[in-house]
Amino acid sequence: MFTLETLAKRYDTGVLALDGVSADIAPGEFVALLGPSGCGKSTLLRLLAGLEAPSGGRVAWDGHTGAPGPGEIGFVFQDATLMPWASAAENVYLPLKLRHVTRKLAAPKIAAALAQVGLSAFADTRPKGLSGGMKMRVSIARALVSEPILLLMDEPFAALDEFTRHKLQDDLLALWARTGKTIVFVTHSIYEAAYLANRILVMSPRPGRIAADLRASLPMGPHRRASGDYVALVERITGCFREIMPA
Amino acid sequence: MRRMVESLAPYGFGALALGGWQGAVWALHVPAYVMPGPADIVAAYIDAHAVLDAGLVATLAVTGAALLAATLLGLVLALLMAASPLFRAAIQPWAVIIQVTPVVALAPFIIIWVNQPFACLVICAVIVAFFPILSNTAAGLAATPPDLLDLFRLNGASRWQILFQLSLPYALPDFLTGLRISGTLALVGAVVAEFVAGSGGFASGLAWQIIEASYRLEIPRMFAALVMLGVTGIAIYAALGLLERLLLAKRNRA
Repeated sequence: MFTLETLAKRYDTGVLALDGVSADIAPGEFVALLGPSGCGKSTLLRLLAGLEAPSGGRVAWDGHTGAPGPGEIGFVFQDATLMPWASAAENVYLPLKLRHVTRKLAAPKIAAALAQVGLSAFADTRPKGLSGGMKMRVSIARALVSEPILLLMDEPFAALDEFTRHKLQDDLLALWARTGKTIVFVTHSIYEAAYLANRILVMSPRPGRIAADLRASLPMGPHRRASGDYVALVERITGCFREIMPA
Repeated sequence: MRRMVESLAPYGFGALALGGWQGAVWALHVPAYVMPGPADIVAAYIDAHAVLDAGLVATLAVTGAALLAATLLGLVLALLMAASPLFRAAIQPWAVIIQVTPVVALAPFIIIWVNQPFACLVICAVIVAFFPILSNTAAGLAATPPDLLDLFRLNGASRWQILFQLSLPYALPDFLTGLRISGTLALVGAVVAEFVAGSGGFASGLAWQIIEASYRLEIPRMFAALVMLGVTGIAIYAALGLLERLLLAKRNRA
C-alpha cells in the first residue's frame, strides 16, 4: 500500500505545484493521474518515485517513509530515452547493470522483459532501427526488468501517433491484467485515462489538488472503447472538469 | 555513374587548376622567384627533400604532442567544470581570455620563460588547440538527458556510473567534433610558434623552412614547404574524421 499524506510541493521559485494531496494506492491498482498541463501531476509522480522531496506531508510505503530502494520503482518517461549506442537488450539491461548484476545472470530477465512487450526479435537492434512505438516498448521493458513494485508512467504515449498509441494502450492493459502490477499513469487525455485506468484521480490546476477520485471497471476485450460504460465514464470525467475549470 | 563523376570532380578540378597554373607560368614566362609552377615546386621538393622531411617530422612531433596535451587538458577541465559549478564559474572566463589572446602575442613571453625549445613550441600550440575540446566536451557533458539521469538515480547509480556509463558516452560526439577542430588548430599553433621562435633563434620545423627559404629567395622551396603543411593539415583532419566515424559507427547503425 502506498500512502500519500497531505503532500505539498513548493519550488524554489515560490510556485506552489501541489497542495494537500492525499490518497491511498492499493497493490494492483491502475491509477490515472489526470489533469491539464501545469496541474502538478508530473511533480506528484516524481515525489512518488523519490526523485524529489516534498515540502510538506510524506509518501509512505506499507507504513514506513523513506526513499524507495534501487530498482523498486519502474519509470517510463514521455520520450523513450534510450541510449543510442546500446541495443534494445543492452538498454533493457541497464537497471540491472547499475546494480552490478552480471549479463549472464540478467539474460533470462532481459529476454522475459522484451518478450512481455513483444520485442524478442529486436533484442540486438539499436534505437536507430526501431520505430517510435517500438522504442517506447523497449522503454517499458526497461522499467519492468527490475521487477519493480510500482510502475510510474509520465505521459508515455503522448508523443506517438494515434494508431500506435491505441496499440500500446491495449498492450499495456493486457500486461496489467497479466501481471497485476501497480501502475500510476500520468496523462492529460480524458479518453486515455478512462480507457486504461480502474481508478482516476482528477487533479485541479495551480496548486495541484485531487478534485475527484473515480473508480471504474470497464469490460476487458475488443469492445472496451465502444462500450457504454466507457462513454459514460468519459462523460463523468468531463463533468468533473466542467466544475473545476469553469469557462 | 553520376555519383562516380561527382566523387572524381575534386581531383579533376585540381588537375585542371594545376595544369592551368603551369601553363600560365610557361606561357607568360613568369620567373620562378616570383611565381613558380607546380613542376618547379616538385623539383624543389626533390632537391631539398631531406631538410623538408626533417622539418615535417619536427612540426608533426610538436603538433602531436600539443594535440595530446590539449586533449588531456581540455578533458580534465571539462570534467571538473561538469562536476563543480563553482569551478566552472571560476575557470570559464579565463579559458576564453586565453583563447581570444592571439598566440603570436603570447609566444615571445613563452620563449622567454621556457628555455626548452620543444616544450616552448608545444605550449604555444596547446594554447591555440585546447579550447574547442574544452568547450565542446563541457557542452556535451552538460547536455546529458535529464530523464536518463533520473533513471540512473532511481536505480541507485553512483557518480562514477553516471559519469562513465551516461555522461561521457553522451558527450563523445561533441568531444570528437572538438578534437577534429583542435587537431588542425594544433598544427596552426605549432606553425605560428615556429615562426616566432625561429626568428628568436630556435631553428626547426616546416615553418622555419619557409622563413629560411624566403631569406634566400628560394621561392619554389617556400611553396614546397607550404604545400607540405597544407597536406599535413588535410591529413590530420581526415584522420580525426575517420576516428570519429569509427567510434560513432556503433550508434549510427541500426
